[in-house]
Amino acid sequence: MKFLKNQKVLLSIVIFIGLSILMVACPATKEGIGTDDAAVKTYVPPGEHDEFYAFMSGGFSGQLTVYGLPSGRKFRTVPVFSVHPENGWGFSEETKAMFNTSYGFVPWDDAHHPELSMTEGVPDGRYIFINANNTPRVARIDLSQFETVEILEIPNSAGNHGSPFVTENTEYIIASTRFSVPIPEADVPISSYKENFKGTLSFIKLDAEAEEMSLDFQILVPGYNYDLAHAGKGPSRDWAFFTTYNTEEATTLLEVNASRNDKDFVAAVNWAKAAEAVRAGKAKEMPAKYFRNYMDHDTRIAHSEEKKTVRVLNPADVPGMIYFLPTPKSPHGVDVDPTGEYIVGNGKLATVLPVHSFSKMLKAIENEAFETVINGIPVLKYDEVLAGEVQDPGLGPLHTEFDNKGFAYTSAFITSEIVKWNVATREVVDRIPTYYSIGHLMIPGGDSKQPWGKYVVALNKITKDRYLPTGPELCQAGQLIDISGDKMKLLLDFPLDGEPHYAQGIPASLIKDKSVRIFELEKNNHPHAIKSEKQARVERDGNDVHIYLSSIRSHFTPDNIEGIKVGDTVYWHLTNLEQDWDVPHGFAVKGANNAELLVMPGETRTLKWQPQRPDVYPFYCTDFCSALHQEMQGYVRVSPAGSDVPITFNGR
Amino acid sequence: MTTSKKSTTGKTSRWIMLAGVLLMGLVYVLPLWKITLEAPQYPEGLGMYIRINTVEGVEANNLNQINNLNHYIGMKPIHPDTIPELRIMPWVVLGLIILGLLVVWRWKRSLLTAWLSLFTLVAIVGLVDFYKWEYDYGHNLDMENAIIKVPDMNYQPPLLGSRQLLNFKAHSYPAAGGWVIFFSFGLAVAALVMEMKHEKSEPGSGKDE
Repeated sequence: MKFLKNQKVLLSIVIFIGLSILMVACPATKEGIGTDDAAVKTYVPPGEHDEFYAFMSGGFSGQLTVYGLPSGRKFRTVPVFSVHPENGWGFSEETKAMFNTSYGFVPWDDAHHPELSMTEGVPDGRYIFINANNTPRVARIDLSQFETVEILEIPNSAGNHGSPFVTENTEYIIASTRFSVPIPEADVPISSYKENFKGTLSFIKLDAEAEEMSLDFQILVPGYNYDLAHAGKGPSRDWAFFTTYNTEEATTLLEVNASRNDKDFVAAVNWAKAAEAVRAGKAKEMPAKYFRNYMDHDTRIAHSEEKKTVRVLNPADVPGMIYFLPTPKSPHGVDVDPTGEYIVGNGKLATVLPVHSFSKMLKAIENEAFETVINGIPVLKYDEVLAGEVQDPGLGPLHTEFDNKGFAYTSAFITSEIVKWNVATREVVDRIPTYYSIGHLMIPGGDSKQPWGKYVVALNKITKDRYLPTGPELCQAGQLIDISGDKMKLLLDFPLDGEPHYAQGIPASLIKDKSVRIFELEKNNHPHAIKSEKQARVERDGNDVHIYLSSIRSHFTPDNIEGIKVGDTVYWHLTNLEQDWDVPHGFAVKGANNAELLVMPGETRTLKWQPQRPDVYPFYCTDFCSALHQEMQGYVRVSPAGSDVPITFNGR
Repeated sequence: MTTSKKSTTGKTSRWIMLAGVLLMGLVYVLPLWKITLEAPQYPEGLGMYIRINTVEGVEANNLNQINNLNHYIGMKPIHPDTIPELRIMPWVVLGLIILGLLVVWRWKRSLLTAWLSLFTLVAIVGLVDFYKWEYDYGHNLDMENAIIKVPDMNYQPPLLGSRQLLNFKAHSYPAAGGWVIFFSFGLAVAALVMEMKHEKSEPGSGKDE
């Protein structure tokens, strides 16, 4: 017996030592992640595809970037609001018009919120919209081409931040102005703010058949700051919600002066009623100046049209169209849960997270439970619209996304964490730190009726020590977190381009099969397109010279050109004759003051060139197209002004 | 008794022959032959169908792509309009079908045998011509302008089977229409065999009336 007992003791000691060695040999990582597990969950084997597309806003880059989840691999930057010399976006003659605004050519912007088009409240993968914050605009990107096809400027707006959010069937793309401004534009003293400054909520209509966005109407609202928005869904489908801050109407030192009021508002707008009022002629037509730029489908040339009026609705003229829901402390994001019943106001300075109830709101409206009325807008009583408050939601709650199991995930900037809570009970059930200072967060479909609640991506503002340092300017980053179980689990860190604000995610299967591979040469209706090398030529028209150039592996036609003179304006119209997948050709000419071109198969792009001095200039292909890419080159001779060298070129 | 048995067998083989002849009509819609090219850069596949009256890509732009690739080795581009066989073939097959229907109508063993011989001849001539066509494209290269020159290399795709041509593996096999022709031929042979068997067991039957 004793011997046996001793043996047991000995055995436990051996096991204990063994376990200790094991634990020392396999140290836990910094956050205590089971790394093997995380690696398996984010590993997409070579040649396999990611499960989701993630579209990240570029923030100050002005662009949209495309990533895969769960791998975090970046696929592409889609140029939107900023010029992009690597493919000629904004430099080629065909794309310049996309940058036209009432302020002239604006080559950059600050893009915050991508939003996928929806059908029945579910992302459908047709388009993605994104806002330009600085010079107010909304862009539409076609997801069969991953190309910006339309940009609409928004007048009477300054700081187009609360934008673009779409209604259940993409009937409207909504936008709000961050800054209130004199409407119409006027030279007034800043001190006359309360008297002269107003905000607008804009409703952009999408005519999907005509592929055209138009500013249907604007609602004139009090001179607050309007921050973010989301459309309702299901029972609240006819409504849209906008956050406000600076209801104090301060114009200076807003960090203090706009933080005084205990509550600001969520504006609830019945857009269906507003649209009806517009159709009934209740809107006033106001002069305005703004541009619509669009890419013509057949020629792939961008055109601009200048718009001169906008319809404006005054809330006092349309009772029942808009209400204010008091919401604590300068709310930032406003997010509607998948059922359409709960409206979360993310009060960034609040210690609790208020959740409004849509059905209670309707009841409060019916009972006229108004605190007061501001400029014809009834302010509903807080307690009459509130479903409940989430206690301890973290400090600095900014945004909330939803999964498909009744949970909400709120980002807390100051405490740098994601807080998971039960939408129906408002109980916090889990929290996870983020590295560092999370802004937005994104669950694929997480702001729609049908979230694909497998992952949440934290979009972090600060990375400090998370990556190899790159001097004072560091990357911003995403963090992929598994939300399939009860506990959130960090899986992956990955750096992002620019500064990501909001993002969108969608199952890859909804997009990838309709991705365009080439542009059909036969359908290329560009006026300067050539369909074969036989049509390649050089034509002089006064001081303008048009070079109809073709590219096909691995040569340009023509590739020897003479007769250009200093003082000429040369248009290189390059048609890529390839009809093969993934064979773009590039074009670069020495000393070009604008950009290079990347021309997709079957496409025509034009580079304007004004050579400054006589010489023989080389030109070549900038996209490694074939084994003989390095041979894909040519010469263009530039003679002094007034010389009599005739136009000559070689053909095939 | 004998008469009825004779007519039954004759009927079955005649129906089989008719089916075979009518099936041949499918070659006007189905491709006869398929040449597929495989290379690492073409995960999506690249290939062409030889149809009774044209050559076309398996996918819309494949022929264009193949022609563009072939310019590296100095192969002349494949332009279906310039291949006379593609204009003749529909008539030849139409002739075979009409003659086949005549055979079914008159239903004589000698006619059936003659038709099968003609069919065999057409098939052999067709395949030889196809081989010569492949030989011509694979051998008669524009060496003056060829970018890639490999001494003693020809780029003739196989008549049947697979062959490595530089970075491409070429596979050449009958396509649906080709199989239909084999099947039609098989049905006609079956009809003939049935007739012959019947004749053996019933001497004197099956002879010309």
